[in-house]
Amino acid sequence: MARPDRRKVLSAMGLALATSPISTRARAAVIEGGMPWTPDRTQPPQPVDPKGWRYFTQEEAEAVEALVDRLIPPDPETPGGKDIGCAVFIDRQLAGPYGSAEALYMSGPFHDGTKQQGPQAHDPPAVHYRKALAALDKYCRGSFGDKPFAGLSDQQKDQVIGDLESGKVPLGGKPGSFFKQLLKDTQQGFFADPVYGGNRGMAAWKMIGFPGARYDYTDWVDRHNERYPHPPVSIGDHPDWKG
Amino acid sequence: MARKLPAKDVVIVGLGWTGSILAHELAQEGLEVVAIERGPWRDTATDFSPAFAQDELRYRLRHELFLRPAQMSLTFRNNRDQPALPVRDWGAFMLGNGVGGGGLHWNAETWRFLPTDFTVKSHLTQRYGEKFLPDDMTIQDWGVTYDDLEPHYDRFEYLCGTSGQAGNLKGTIQAGGNPFEGPRSRPYPTPAQKQPFAHTLFGKGAAELGYKPFPQPSGNLSQAYTNPLGVEMGKCTYCGFCEWFGCANYSKASPQTTILPALLRHPNFSARTECEVTKILLDKSGKRATGVTFVDSSGTEWEQPAELVILAAFQLFNVQLLMLSGIGQRYDPLTGEGQIGRNFSHQTVSSAMAFFDKKKFNFNPFVSSGAIGVCIDEFNGDNFDHGPHGFVGGGYMGNVQSNGRPIETMTALPPGTPQWGAKWKEAVRDTYLSTIYAGSGVHGSCYSYKTNYFDLDPTYKDRFGRPLLRMTMDFHDNELKMSAFLTDRYAEIFKAMGAQQVVKKPRKGPYDITQYQTSHLCGGAIMSATPKDGSVNRYLQSWDVPNLFVHGATAFPQNPGYNPTGTVGALAYWSAAAIRSQYLKHPGPLVDA
Repeated sequence: MARPDRRKVLSAMGLALATSPISTRARAAVIEGGMPWTPDRTQPPQPVDPKGWRYFTQEEAEAVEALVDRLIPPDPETPGGKDIGCAVFIDRQLAGPYGSAEALYMSGPFHDGTKQQGPQAHDPPAVHYRKALAALDKYCRGSFGDKPFAGLSDQQKDQVIGDLESGKVPLGGKPGSFFKQLLKDTQQGFFADPVYGGNRGMAAWKMIGFPGARYDYTDWVDRHNERYPHPPVSIGDHPDWKG
Repeated sequence: MARKLPAKDVVIVGLGWTGSILAHELAQEGLEVVAIERGPWRDTATDFSPAFAQDELRYRLRHELFLRPAQMSLTFRNNRDQPALPVRDWGAFMLGNGVGGGGLHWNAETWRFLPTDFTVKSHLTQRYGEKFLPDDMTIQDWGVTYDDLEPHYDRFEYLCGTSGQAGNLKGTIQAGGNPFEGPRSRPYPTPAQKQPFAHTLFGKGAAELGYKPFPQPSGNLSQAYTNPLGVEMGKCTYCGFCEWFGCANYSKASPQTTILPALLRHPNFSARTECEVTKILLDKSGKRATGVTFVDSSGTEWEQPAELVILAAFQLFNVQLLMLSGIGQRYDPLTGEGQIGRNFSHQTVSSAMAFFDKKKFNFNPFVSSGAIGVCIDEFNGDNFDHGPHGFVGGGYMGNVQSNGRPIETMTALPPGTPQWGAKWKEAVRDTYLSTIYAGSGVHGSCYSYKTNYFDLDPTYKDRFGRPLLRMTMDFHDNELKMSAFLTDRYAEIFKAMGAQQVVKKPRKGPYDITQYQTSHLCGGAIMSATPKDGSVNRYLQSWDVPNLFVHGATAFPQNPGYNPTGTVGALAYWSAAAIRSQYLKHPGPLVDA
């Protein structure tokens, strides 16, 4: 294989570094003479403000709220995907580095491979949502008398979601890929720390019995087959901490 | 042109476990040592806090502590007939980034390999005959023995404060430990961790079936510990946020908690962070390294001249850097010629999901630690007669469930559960506290084959325009048979524990780059007795360039059925001892070619 000319490599490098957001994350440093301790340099996440939408349009948001509320329906004890904040969670994730696939290897060429080779999508998640939600809207309006997904009955919604799951709804992308993406993001929002906008009131953690961000079970490791009695805590806040 | 820095005695590529150990050992010799690390500085006080370290989304799902594929990835295919495609997001393994390397984000299972693992080819041939091994299997003896490494395993364990129960003290079998382990010269530095309910129950079930269960050797410490370098560690609090996370309690053995505070007191040591080594430089003869070039975060290229080069990056990047630097001959799977890139192995992990009656069993799966677990070793290595089974290799198995983090844990649902809707929600609610599922419960070996190897990708490039490493990898029948057999035995133990339903999940082919197994990638620049069988000699010294040492699991000719870090640490101390006692006095090949 031909070795790349060194000057070319360097100029390509300069270009890549000038445009890459990753290169600005931290600066090169020389560390010597002792541990460079800077307590709490790493910041906790900023709690999500649930008001408004950062990425979705109003119509998109309504569709996603309706989708997540059927993926995780409400029951008498635990709220569904909408009231627990899954759509807000997804919106904020799509507005950030996850939505733009900033951290991923996104250089071309793009080709579909085998399942074992993993996803090769050119569109980052935010673009995937935008295109798929537009196609879903068109599909629902075409199939259900000009109604958007959010306007369907629960039974119709479940039917559409089942068809999304089996890849029967033509969304333009790989069959079933939007369902997979949406389901993954919805479940992550349901169970992630409430600081990210989902799992409001730690309701999902209460549902299963996960105590959250506690960091010390020393007294519990040898209390076998005994239900842990304490309520969950979040890294963002806890009702008890508020005066 | 690269700007030239003042020469050092030693340049170390990567400041993870092996880089830290080598830096400390060589700084103690009074040498001027610089380590060059691609990622950022990280330590407990600076980067981890018990207020927010326990964040499943940030660290487990969004990979905050890991290398970003945008910065460096690789390409993958199952066989030579496929076009390789880039790994766009991590899946089958995780690649650390920054000071501490894999030693920061690991679970800290701290095993030794079996004595016969180091002589596996001759041992298996002698016991079963050469024809018993598959034709295309390329396993070989290491060139070091367990006895060579024992004092160095000991040093690594005492550096880490490893918590465990000895099974073989100087040849005498100890109750409660692993009776199959090689003789150890002294007990573990700290007693075994306490075990939660599900793990204890696994031990009882295993004992009922006649096995000899023992606690997994753990780098999450059962008690406070001060190591021989004077660095203090704290007691593990069983928080359940270990692997993929940094430890805010100073309880998980890592370079940060065991060695860096001592290393940084040496005025003759310095580290450069956010600097990526791009090449190992050779003189005109091609037989002597003169240093490295690296690029800092502003894009400036530097040359760091040095007398001795220690390659201590992660396995993949050791191999890639050797290839990009033109060191050694690249492996050709068609002719079997060449060394760099051959004998790639990973792991053959499998498991079983065990569902218990929620009215009778409450496991509190969130009470756990990274290397917690009760294990058996009856089916590892050649601890059992392979004759009737038609495969070689094995693994330990145990309940090693390390957490109850909900996003990860909720994937263990009874078969037939829908993926969404009211029934899904109900199943998640009803199984969380009464299910056992350890993703790597059966920790199977992965032997090496002619067709599993690395070369450079012809199409895809990194951010500097350099070719990505190309991985060609698939499972072979031997490993899949082994996995099926071991998973059957594993499932029997859950039945003996009283599980209502056990769902076996043996490893199936083809090898899938999206399915996490372990981050134990091995080989590519393997150890050998002669230059025709590998890239480095028994001291990890390059056969081609004697002032270059290549560290880490890169040297493993095949991967036995244990986690590799104990052996990686032992090899680092073994190699460092040879450099200190022999090489520095007479720089040159330590083994005649």
